[in-house]
Amino acid sequence: MIKLSKLILLLIAAFLISCGGKEEKAEEQIKIGKKTTTTQKETKPISTGVPASQKIDLTNKGVGPIKKLDLPATIDEPMASTGKELFKVKCMACHKTHKKFIGPPPVGILEKRTPEWIMNMILNPEKMVVEDPLAKELLVEHNGSPMANQSLTEEEARAILEYFRTLKKE
Amino acid sequence: MKRLSIIFLAVTSLALVISSCNTGSRDTKSNGALASNVAEKVYVAPGEHDEFYAFISGGFSGQLSVYGLPSGRLFKVIPVFSQDPEKAWGYNEETKPMLNTSYGFIPWDDSHHPDISQTNGEVDGRWVFINGNNTPRIAKIDLSTFETTEIMEVPNSAGNHSSAFVTENTEYVVAGTRFSVPVPQQDISIKEYKGKFKGAVSFISIEPEHGHMEMAFQILLPGFDYDLAHPGRGASHGWFFFSTYNSEESHTLMEVNASQNDKDFIAAINWKKAEEYIKQGKFKTMPANYAHNVYDDKTHTATSTMKKEVKVLDPADCPGLVYFLPTPKSPHGCDVDPTGEYIVGNGKLSADLTVHSFSKMMEAIKNEKFDGDAYGIPIIKFEESLAGVVSQAGLGPLHTEFDDKGNGYTTFFISSEVVKWKVGTWEVIDRKPTYYSVGHLMIPGGNSRKPFGKYVVAMNKITKDRYLPTGPEVTQSAQLYDITGEKMELLLDFPTIGEPHYAAGIPADLVKPRSKKIFKLEENEHKYGVKSSEEVRVERNGNEVHVYMTMIRSHFTPDNIEGIKVGDKVYFHVTNLEQDYDVPHGISMIGANTSELLIMPGQTETFVWEPKQVGVWPFYCTDFCSALHQEMQGYVRVSPTSSDIKLSWSLGED
Repeated sequence: MIKLSKLILLLIAAFLISCGGKEEKAEEQIKIGKKTTTTQKETKPISTGVPASQKIDLTNKGVGPIKKLDLPATIDEPMASTGKELFKVKCMACHKTHKKFIGPPPVGILEKRTPEWIMNMILNPEKMVVEDPLAKELLVEHNGSPMANQSLTEEEARAILEYFRTLKKE
Repeated sequence: MKRLSIIFLAVTSLALVISSCNTGSRDTKSNGALASNVAEKVYVAPGEHDEFYAFISGGFSGQLSVYGLPSGRLFKVIPVFSQDPEKAWGYNEETKPMLNTSYGFIPWDDSHHPDISQTNGEVDGRWVFINGNNTPRIAKIDLSTFETTEIMEVPNSAGNHSSAFVTENTEYVVAGTRFSVPVPQQDISIKEYKGKFKGAVSFISIEPEHGHMEMAFQILLPGFDYDLAHPGRGASHGWFFFSTYNSEESHTLMEVNASQNDKDFIAAINWKKAEEYIKQGKFKTMPANYAHNVYDDKTHTATSTMKKEVKVLDPADCPGLVYFLPTPKSPHGCDVDPTGEYIVGNGKLSADLTVHSFSKMMEAIKNEKFDGDAYGIPIIKFEESLAGVVSQAGLGPLHTEFDDKGNGYTTFFISSEVVKWKVGTWEVIDRKPTYYSVGHLMIPGGNSRKPFGKYVVAMNKITKDRYLPTGPEVTQSAQLYDITGEKMELLLDFPTIGEPHYAAGIPADLVKPRSKKIFKLEENEHKYGVKSSEEVRVERNGNEVHVYMTMIRSHFTPDNIEGIKVGDKVYFHVTNLEQDYDVPHGISMIGANTSELLIMPGQTETFVWEPKQVGVWPFYCTDFCSALHQEMQGYVRVSPTSSDIKLSWSLGED
């Protein structure tokens, strides 16, 4: 009898714990903690192998508004020069074209990333560094410096991408 | 049996647990339905938005605070007339001109009566106007940026109290003087008050598209005290009503001498007529000296211009411009109902409210039912404009607001209460105590054609025991009442900034969509702004040094500067290159005799540093901006005045 009542008490306790939003949130927080540890695990190969900035992934399109983008064979020069001006104003505080600064240099980026990934990184950096595995690794590689969302339009981001196509390795 | 009962108990308690689980923690019926109901009415869940904005005057803080209703949460204190080191208002080079006056730079004022701009008699959420009482000024706050963008000094005025109220299409903002003074100012005996002192009432025009302010004209009234004002609306649009006291024209021991007359006046001013007289050239141009300060969102910089004259109308030369409505016992509040028909005068030394009828007033004017005149201004016979009296409603009536169901709500200072009464029948419907000594009250849109009669906010002069004590100086306070039912219901007390005088409220949906998120970098026209790190530089001109600096998460460009000398005057012009919402950066320099800068995305601000000691001195970002915020710092090397170290600057160079 005592056993039974204990069992019921336990049941009640279980219900109390299972209901309410607070507990769910606490669980989420723990998940975030776990994510960090898994990220660290993922980034371990960096020390032995290839850092994220050097990894090549020409299939990943990233997370964001750009789902599919086919680049024409020839470079649109007027668009590229618009992109160059935009890059100066909106990006150069953190990115130099040919040298790692706060963030990685864009030279040769199209040999390593899809055009969709590049534009999503420009347009949707907050989501990218949380959801995209490569962007996550890049954030760690760059000391946690966040990629700033510069509130560019898709057209502007596209122009910057076109400018990146003109950058020649030194 | 026993066993069964235990199982029964267990099952019911289980059921209880489950049910309480589903309904959530709000279900506190056991604590009394009333209490839980009240809590729910002001509860805005975390992450949700309030239904109304309330702009509450900061009183002797000189500022304007922004609250949410019904929660009573404080969102922002907008610096207006007083320096604010948090936002560098009046400290950075850009905003210092905003506090310029004909008396020079003034770091403080006493802000009283905010009023929201109107279109067709309804609040439109574009601007808030508020008066500086001590050094007469009117400020305009832009509700796309929630920043003060224009301040107009008011000449010939002293104690700018019957201000800053707007006409129903924001044609004008009015500014009436509380203290009459010699106009123009002159060196005469105070005893010469009677006849020599004048009360100027100013009409500042508002350009409809951008809101630019212009001192359109002043009307020079007799030497009374002009206390409060409200515009006509609907049928009475084109008129403005000002309460007066001290029609005795006394200049000393006012609490006795200004309370001798049984009645003072409400001045009814026909401003459409004034416009005609101005067109006809019936004004005098008086020499004057007053500052007009304008802040520009593109240059992020204010300019101050001294104006040298003002157009003045003398009612003696302008028949039909002004009439006096006798109103008992030193009226304070002067409030107009949503239809525009009724003008309520709250005789502060009385127990009654006097209500004038606009249509009766017009009839009396037509039939010249006058009871003499004051300095050539016709006095309408008391009974001829009288619509009714809310009698014995309380002690010390001060202010009235209206709901959308034909009710008036009046505060009573001496008896500490809000009284609800019926417009037209003048009967008292309900009364609720306030804690304590209530001054103004506010219903969102409550002085417009379209009130939103859900809440009334009462603003108290005394709080005494209502909050945890904080020494002799205790918090100022407002109280929120639900006015949707027949009876009012007290919902909430919340502390306020400074002494709250008037407030203005508006549905959040009329303001929210226009609220700016960032300043666009490409629109930045600041003289010293730099739009890319390529333009960053440091320039010397004698002992003046200009640093053209940028900031973005999480570094300054440059972050190392050498070649600065003791005795230099160093201007840091700092541009925030961020273009994302809610990423401001700050900057402060060790030993700078000024405040930090708090710079919004796309904005440029400037502070001045005059290094006094040789050494290497750090600066840093004051607003936690990113995970690397603590790394957002830099150094300036300061050498002796005689040193010949070259000016240099860098970022990321060894």
